[in-house]
Amino acid sequence: MTLTVFTALLSHWRRNWLQFFALIAGLALATALWSGVQAINAEARASYDAAAATLGEGQFDQLVPRAGGTVPQDTYVALRRAGWQVSPILEGRLDADRGRVRVLGIDPLTAPGTMAPVAMNADADLGAFLEGELVFANAETADRLEGQIPQRILIDEGIAPGIAVTDIGAAQRLLEADGQLSRLTLARVQPMGLPPLSAVAPDLTRQPAQDAGANRLTDSFHLNLTAFGLLSFAVGIFIVHGTISLAFEQRRGMVRTLRALGVPLRTLVVLTIAELVVFAVLAGAVGVALGYVMASVLLPNVAATVQGLYGAQVAGTLQLRPEWWVSGMAIALGGTAIAAAGALWKIAHMSILESARPRAWSVASGSGATRLGAVALGLFGLGAGIAIWGQGLLLSFALLACVLIGAALILPLMLRSAVGLAERLSTTVIWQWFWADTRQQVPGLSLALMALLLATAANVGVSTMVSSFRVTFVDFLDQRLAPELFVQIEDEARSAEVETVLRNEAREVLPLLSVETEIAGVPSDLFGVRVGPTYRENWLFLDRSGDVWSQVADEDAVVVSEQLARRAGLWVGDPVRVAPDVTLPIAGIVADYGNPLGQAVMSETLFRSIYPDQIATQFGVRTEDPEALTRILLDDLGLPPAAVIDQARIKAFSLSVFERTFTITGALNVLTLGVAAFAILMSLLTLASLRVPQLAPVWALGMTRRDLGRLELLRSVILALLTTLLAIPLGLLLAWVLLAYVNVEAFGWQLPMYLFPGHYAVLSLFAIVAAAVAALWPAFRLSRTPPSSLLKVFANDR
Amino acid sequence: MVLSVENVTKSFAGADGATPVLRGVDLQMQAGETLALTGESGSGKSTLLHLVGGLDVVDSGVIRVNGQDITEMDDTARAALRRSEVGVVFQQFNLIPSLTVAANIAFQARLSGRHDPTQVAALAKALGLTPHLEKYPEAISGGQQQRVAIARTLAARPRLVLADEPTGNLDEATAAEVLDQMLALVTETGAALMVVTHSQAVADRMSRHVHLSQGRLA
Ligand SMILES: Nc1ncnc2c1ncn2[C@@H]1O[C@H](COP(=O)(O)OP(=O)(O)O)[C@@H](O)[C@H]1O
Ligand SMILES: [Mg+2]
Repeated sequence: MTLTVFTALLSHWRRNWLQFFALIAGLALATALWSGVQAINAEARASYDAAAATLGEGQFDQLVPRAGGTVPQDTYVALRRAGWQVSPILEGRLDADRGRVRVLGIDPLTAPGTMAPVAMNADADLGAFLEGELVFANAETADRLEGQIPQRILIDEGIAPGIAVTDIGAAQRLLEADGQLSRLTLARVQPMGLPPLSAVAPDLTRQPAQDAGANRLTDSFHLNLTAFGLLSFAVGIFIVHGTISLAFEQRRGMVRTLRALGVPLRTLVVLTIAELVVFAVLAGAVGVALGYVMASVLLPNVAATVQGLYGAQVAGTLQLRPEWWVSGMAIALGGTAIAAAGALWKIAHMSILESARPRAWSVASGSGATRLGAVALGLFGLGAGIAIWGQGLLLSFALLACVLIGAALILPLMLRSAVGLAERLSTTVIWQWFWADTRQQVPGLSLALMALLLATAANVGVSTMVSSFRVTFVDFLDQRLAPELFVQIEDEARSAEVETVLRNEAREVLPLLSVETEIAGVPSDLFGVRVGPTYRENWLFLDRSGDVWSQVADEDAVVVSEQLARRAGLWVGDPVRVAPDVTLPIAGIVADYGNPLGQAVMSETLFRSIYPDQIATQFGVRTEDPEALTRILLDDLGLPPAAVIDQARIKAFSLSVFERTFTITGALNVLTLGVAAFAILMSLLTLASLRVPQLAPVWALGMTRRDLGRLELLRSVILALLTTLLAIPLGLLLAWVLLAYVNVEAFGWQLPMYLFPGHYAVLSLFAIVAAAVAALWPAFRLSRTPPSSLLKVFANDR
Repeated sequence: MVLSVENVTKSFAGADGATPVLRGVDLQMQAGETLALTGESGSGKSTLLHLVGGLDVVDSGVIRVNGQDITEMDDTARAALRRSEVGVVFQQFNLIPSLTVAANIAFQARLSGRHDPTQVAALAKALGLTPHLEKYPEAISGGQQQRVAIARTLAARPRLVLADEPTGNLDEATAAEVLDQMLALVTETGAALMVVTHSQAVADRMSRHVHLSQGRLA
């Protein structure tokens, strides 16, 4: 019996292949967007980790020689033997004929991070790299090296300018530094019960991760991208929900007949669930594969997004990770469950005697516009409650959900009201009919329009987020990386010597004094800075009072970071105790994305009077010729290469690559809108058969089919336009929640929000064009309906 | 002459080639004339009515409505013809579901630019529709829907009224009543009326009677 019943249930789809297609495609697209975004996220993150490790910047602690010089390879071996997860790095300059190149030797097998740190293109395998036969560099650097080294040079534009990456052994040979290393990177997670570093490697000192803040910014970006993935998925789920409801509505008669014939309700429900599981697995598999293709197409740009931070690389070949399969299938099944829950409940509770006449989808869901509106208001209330009283990341996401679902649910009511108003305002008979007819179409199209609403809102929200992110990032880099060079010395005894040299050679020297302390109960770094043009010109304040730097220079005020201010509940003007006997008002609040600790900045003179024993080991340096100064520092002073960081280069590189972020955002925008357009197309096609009886009388009374087709197209455009008008404020609200709530909860700082009306106009245009394109084919088909099909409506021969 | 049909043929493509339905139909109607068109089911009565109403196109022959050759017309011109020259009452689903009864009655009159609110009110009253004016078609009975369709046609004051079994779906008493009103109103406006019917009672009320058989009129 089971098989017979199952075959009967499935026969519905055979007769309604369009519905079947819509169901599978909707679910697959939703899963694709989700897993694509996940894939992009995961790969970009892995590559960022890896590249950060390679270049010795970023989030990994380092072991460097206490007294300068190099690390003997034996020390590295001893540490590995003792169980320490360290990876060797050798850096050095190679004077090629056409310019200087920084050679970076790494060991891909021990480097922290999830992937090999260097892009392994199809033509370059790990083996060759380990054999020391390969060197990676960008085109310009490769040019400089051409013919100078025995290794094969592979071009990789992701590598920072002037750097050549190769295996550690090859680097030792190239730099004639046999048995020597520059430093060791420490993996973030180390085994337990290790012997202390001081015992195994007493000559090395641990240098905490240097992070220009890019790291946390990147994390935030990932989180927001994940939110975007979820949203895209929601758009897909709307389609699936629509098709499942419609199909189940149309199968009521069959279900009733089957039950009347003695099939137990339980069997029916179980079989229906089995059917849905089969579909979900099928669509999920298609979706994951599609997402993979999507990610691999988009990935070069995503990689570029985070790559800029220190030259992270995403491997040229994207691996289809098992996690993606699991999460993709889970989300496909979960989405189907959400989308089908209502329909299943209806079947389970349908009376056997209930009319089996399939109610039109529009009628079925139409009565509910007001009810949906009421639910929406409830959700908005809940959201407002969360916004006022709620706290925590989870609740922030709940707030997001309330806002979005609420907006989607209130859409039919708003459209109905808008169209009703237009109907009342119109004077000619055609327009009155047009609006009345549009009002009648709203329920049938509402699911697709909700999808469009969410897609457009997500696009507006995400483009606001990404653009705000970019503006912030650029400002932040300008501020923190303003000094062209950053010098960090390990040996305090050399501080004065280094500063003297710097002062002679550089335009401005900015010693950075710091102590770790606790300010207003928050673990913080207290900095003493030399106030000068660099600070005055480059630092931007989230909030300020008067001339901040003059107040700081006069020892009358301090600057604190946003994290510190938020956590301590302080703001501009509030007095804060920065040291046991020093309480000063806050003159300005700065954004600080790089640091989980709080930060307070005072003048150098005040700092020295409080902490007379502190010696500057870090210097920001302003200079016109960073290369020359670097040479002096390395050659004349004998500082290790890692001590001098060329910030200008990092900044320029980061900025140029970050610009490419927009490509991916744009691509994702187009994709989500594509999914929404697909939803509209499917709705219009399924509604098409219901349209004929509605339009036949109008045609008979003297409208041409072509006019009807045009009006049909116009209707879709108008509905899309109205939806978009609602989507823009919704998207801005979404961005605001992401930036002001989710980000603060997740990272402790608020990303300032900027508005980009130009983007919104383009996105709206895209949304409307998407709707128009989706409506084109159904409208064309309508304008070609043969008169006999229209006349059939009026005939009564059965 | 309101209507002149000359040697009209029409066939439909079927599974086994084209099936001729009309094989040379000739017919004339004067203003004020009422005509019953009868015939077996499937004999082509509706087809003829559709052709005359500009809803479908002939294979050959000529149809003139108010002297205009409609067989030469394009889509747009035929739409204009439907708006202002003819009024059609079908068997069922005549009404526009998204409009109220009042808006349905006024629809064609407004399309053809002959809208007269007092006349609409009078028609609604005569057909007993006054209490239902603000309702939507789905909320009134089949008989009432037919009456709305008749009111709509008459409100537009076309020279030629075509009705395809307008009372076919109604019970006898309602049918008689609707027919009475239609005839009274046609007489009042001076239009020509062609009614497709298979009821002898309806046919007897008309001034003329033609029978369609084997694709020809007798
Ligand atoms: N659009 C069409 N396509 C094919 N055959 C049609 C079409 N319309 C009508 N017919 C056929 O033409 C014949 C006449 O139909 P119709 O005019 O509706 O008859 P009547 O109204 O007299 O019952 C019937 O055999 C019908 O099946
Ligand atoms: Mg007929």
